[in-house]
Amino acid sequence: MSDSKAIFLKDATVNAADGDQRAFINKALGGYYTNRDLQKARYRDWERARDAASMAKWSAVNDLANVLEKFVGNFERNGGVVHWARDAEEARTIILKIAEDVKAKAIVKSKCMTTEEIHLNDALEKAGYGVVESDLGEFIQQLRGEAPYHFVFPCMHVKREAISALFTKHLGTAPTDSPEELTMIARRHLRQLYIDADIGITGANFLVAETGQISITENEGNARLTAALPRIHIALSGIEKVVNHLDDLSVLLPMLATAGAGQPMTCYNTLYSGPRKKGECDGPEEFHLVLMDNARTRILADPEQRDSLHCIRCGACLNVCPIFKNIGGLAYGTTYQGPIGSVITPHLRGLKQWNHLSGASSLCGACTDACPVRIDLHHHLLHNRRNAAKQSPTLFDLAFHHGFTFVIKRPWLFALGGRIFRATLPLLQKLPLPYMGAWMKTRDLPKAPAQSFRDQWKNQNV
Amino acid sequence: MRVSLFVPCFVDQLTPRVGMATAKVLKRLGHQVEFNSAQTCCGQPSFNSGQWDVAREGAIRALGVFRGAEVVVGPSGSCVAMMRNFYPELLKGTPHAAEADDLAARTFEFSEFLVKKLGVTDVGAKFAKKVTYHDGCHALRELRLKEEPRQLLRAVKGLEFIEAEEGETCCGFGGLFSAKFPMISTAMAQVKGGALARTGADYVVSADPSCLLQIGGWLSREGKPILPLHIAEVLANDA
Repeated sequence: MSDSKAIFLKDATVNAADGDQRAFINKALGGYYTNRDLQKARYRDWERARDAASMAKWSAVNDLANVLEKFVGNFERNGGVVHWARDAEEARTIILKIAEDVKAKAIVKSKCMTTEEIHLNDALEKAGYGVVESDLGEFIQQLRGEAPYHFVFPCMHVKREAISALFTKHLGTAPTDSPEELTMIARRHLRQLYIDADIGITGANFLVAETGQISITENEGNARLTAALPRIHIALSGIEKVVNHLDDLSVLLPMLATAGAGQPMTCYNTLYSGPRKKGECDGPEEFHLVLMDNARTRILADPEQRDSLHCIRCGACLNVCPIFKNIGGLAYGTTYQGPIGSVITPHLRGLKQWNHLSGASSLCGACTDACPVRIDLHHHLLHNRRNAAKQSPTLFDLAFHHGFTFVIKRPWLFALGGRIFRATLPLLQKLPLPYMGAWMKTRDLPKAPAQSFRDQWKNQNV
Repeated sequence: MRVSLFVPCFVDQLTPRVGMATAKVLKRLGHQVEFNSAQTCCGQPSFNSGQWDVAREGAIRALGVFRGAEVVVGPSGSCVAMMRNFYPELLKGTPHAAEADDLAARTFEFSEFLVKKLGVTDVGAKFAKKVTYHDGCHALRELRLKEEPRQLLRAVKGLEFIEAEEGETCCGFGGLFSAKFPMISTAMAQVKGGALARTGADYVVSADPSCLLQIGGWLSREGKPILPLHIAEVLANDA
């Protein structure tokens, strides 16, 4: 068993037994469902909007080299500097080099899962830079020393009292249970940091090829400050974030907000068009964009799962996932939690070590129905299982399924096996057999009937 | 119509009354019902475990079993989804692809067959009980069945229908998932089973006998006073 699987099993077991925490998460998502349905109902046809959003991403992803090239040309014409990173290591090196070149001291960051993917904060801190998260949820998680719980709602699992205590401990503020006051505490603390920072690091929700602009979506205004106030702006983005046309955002931005957070639109949607130009009074002096592959081309090369590059990181699949809701986001041990995380993490970090996430699903398909860009999520979990079984089959699995298939190919043996199974079921239920033991721990089985269906049918028709 | 029964392997062995009830309803509606005893399991446990090579052997075998059947009707959304949606994927690019597509087009889930193929909602059943319904995920999302079983239940004389909370939430069965990740599966059963029990219904009805194993197993262990029942058993009741 891989280490990551052992840790997953341990954490999932603890969290699935934590009724209070599960109820808290369920309640937090309750409001989301109501708002999402309200906003979805305002679309003339949500399913057609999904088609359009999916097509916007499909057309860029399936022509990625050309669309990227077009984007980069326009981005550079706007005065930005593009850096290509093959993997996390290269991306970190590039960003550290920029920080060194501009003699940075303080860095402020807005929310960006791609920086989580490459563990950028660790690398920056090791190199001696102070780095502060400016998104409230990420700021709380940074103070807690914990990874984001949900890639859109990073601290959704943290109760208000805990946030108050955290601020008291780290910022020396008086305890409060008012959400507004807690927000103001963070705001007052962060405001000066934007002014002091030399570098602002952001992500990118979309890269618009035809204009060379970067689109960033947020609710707090912190990304705007992060991008505008420090003298250097560095954006880190996966190469799959590119779209062809500005017009594509007219469907993608509202879909992102509605599917992910139940909002009509996210509060701030900003297009960034390069550094401060001559005659402009604000904006950064330099605008760097790090375009990172980090296994995305590996997914691109797999036609079956290529659509997972459509992902706009809205989080809708997490919000509806019964696995996510019952084990929580941290148990995954991944940058991207929930169904999309279970699909892509094996590509990012290795199938052998991470296939257990594809197994840890009832394949209910709620994620696939929720996805605004129509990623075939739950079927990709099946594809990962198939690929893993081919790549590194376990002896137990091979023996079990070959044995099972040997039986079901022989009706007489199936009937005989069934008879023995039914006759010995009371005993089997007490034995610590694989599968049976796990089932019986929390659930009963029906009493085995004396006759199988095939026997009853035969007797009735003689 | 000549109906070939597709009886899930665990129904055959553990809840044969579901198969008998299915046959009874179809016969009452005047159809000729057959059961080919060469059938065993559709191979879904292996398919879902990633063992597609052996699952393919099971699928190819099933094609032979149901060759020549006018229509195939199964009282399980999950097993029917295996045949309808996943056999074609499993056998794509093999010499069996065309036959898999052909079988998929002839295979129906029981409630789907009654409502969509036969156009029947009132099958002359009586059942004076309070009933809630559980949508199996395969029926709901692979076969896109939601209203069909409800239409059938609402036409049953004396039956009081109650919708439960967590309406489209998975029960946590997921085949071998229920035993490979029992802690997650059980937490899901708690969410679903709890919502079903809170309706105050006498029975939780479903078109998916595998979900009923999970839900019924949890309800029984927890001592909840609501019993699992397959929709065919409700519809077979005419007394």
